[in-house]
Amino acid sequence: MQDEPMVSLEALAAAVPDGALLAVPKDSSGVAMAATRELVRRGVRGLHLVCVPTGGIQADILIGAGAVGTIETSAVTMGEFGPAPRFTAAVRDASLRVMDATCPAVYAALQAGEKGIPFIPLRGLIGSDVLRHRGDWKVVDNPFDQNDPIALLPAIRPDVSLFHAPYADRYGNVFVGRNRDLMTMAHASVQTLVTVEELVDENLLEDPARAGSTLPAIYVSRIAVAKKGAWPLALGENYPDDEAMLSRYVSLACTADGFRIFLEDWLQQQRVAA
Amino acid sequence: MTDYSPTELLIATIAHLLQGCRHVAVGASSPVPGSGALLARLQSGGEMRVTVLGSLKNNFFTSGGVELFDLAAQGRIDAFFLGGGQIDGEANINLVGTGTYPASEVRWPGSFGSAYLYFLVPRVILFREEHTRRVMVPKVDFVSAPGTSAPNVHRRGGPHALLTELGLFSFDRQRRRFRLESVHAGHSVEEIRDNTGFEFDCADKVPLTPAPDAPTLAAIRGDISTEIAETYPRFAEQRLGTQEKTRKQTTGNR
Repeated sequence: MQDEPMVSLEALAAAVPDGALLAVPKDSSGVAMAATRELVRRGVRGLHLVCVPTGGIQADILIGAGAVGTIETSAVTMGEFGPAPRFTAAVRDASLRVMDATCPAVYAALQAGEKGIPFIPLRGLIGSDVLRHRGDWKVVDNPFDQNDPIALLPAIRPDVSLFHAPYADRYGNVFVGRNRDLMTMAHASVQTLVTVEELVDENLLEDPARAGSTLPAIYVSRIAVAKKGAWPLALGENYPDDEAMLSRYVSLACTADGFRIFLEDWLQQQRVAA
Repeated sequence: MTDYSPTELLIATIAHLLQGCRHVAVGASSPVPGSGALLARLQSGGEMRVTVLGSLKNNFFTSGGVELFDLAAQGRIDAFFLGGGQIDGEANINLVGTGTYPASEVRWPGSFGSAYLYFLVPRVILFREEHTRRVMVPKVDFVSAPGTSAPNVHRRGGPHALLTELGLFSFDRQRRRFRLESVHAGHSVEEIRDNTGFEFDCADKVPLTPAPDAPTLAAIRGDISTEIAETYPRFAEQRLGTQEKTRKQTTGNR
């Protein structure tokens, strides 16, 4: 290890500059909620948020807190808890730029980012209003065939990807299990910031059973330990969704005032817990 | 005479629509399609493979979210389910919102994988329980995914059926029209017309949607209810438990 990647949660959040192109995973893949709290606390602004490939409470809180200028996503939803209230409100009053995508387009564009190529073709899309409203996507004729139109998407190369994982080792390798989206994000991003439940002593890459599910340290810029760092979202088999908290969020955040009450409480609670 | 609930009828109907599939995938927030797919697998004697997103037991993916889409592109998924806040008579679906995009009056979550999977999965079943004129519209306000495409557009998939709380439609891709195949017990063709904002084909006499038989109901209430609870515990409790009123199926119903 050339640089010590282990930092405090505050130092990790400080590595996300205002205006960053920030990639975050879907709710089930390990969302860095504790780090998101630090971002909100320090008043991050003008984020271009890329949801891989959908967003939930994390995106909704960031939008409600005024941290997001543009969101690029296939959906923002609170799942069975209902619509994402601050996202919905921001769309209605046009205070948020939305780049509507479709899930495989987000993945494909990140894969182009991984490969360092400028664009990638993708099937589907043609004839949809998703494509029609994406000025950055084009349709060309397949150069290897005739009369075969196909969409091209520019690569996504995030400034930062941010996620939460069960554990990392002291060498900076991060266990991601089956959440391979996290690997794709890290490969494509300039910097990757990771929060983990805990650090382990053994080198994960020396364990053949886990090495293939490990994101190697070369991709990882900073790691902070955050116990229950995905809360109120689930983290794989470590802990489930906090359903009471998620329900409470949705009912409070349906008004701007209710959201402010939630936010004050949320920021305060954690400071005590930390 | 058998008692069954509307939810059980939908599950049994979905299983019927999936007959002969090798691999069925079910997306997020889809407890009824998930139950139908698990029932179809049971009825196939375990021949059918079913992938339920959000499940640990019924999900073999190890390459992340992209795997579903890559499988679809390779023809390894035979059936999938899509819904829509709006669905029109040409099977265009809208998952984005009403009014003028982007400042939608009512904004829904977004298009998810629809703008891709609708083109590539051969048997897409449109499943939307609410059957009203606000859902079944003459023309969608935003095309998340088109029902049909020009002949030169690469498209091996598309709409196969539309299943709602009132009835079951098939879709003719050449004529770009739905056809009412059956009406659920307790509802009528007139009720469906009154609640549909687009024209559709329909025989003079439209049959009732076949009622689930006793072994099917036993499976839904037993194994399927247990299996779907892994992913959708609230659904299993609230809609497959004893809390939903059962409808009495009368043989003389029209």
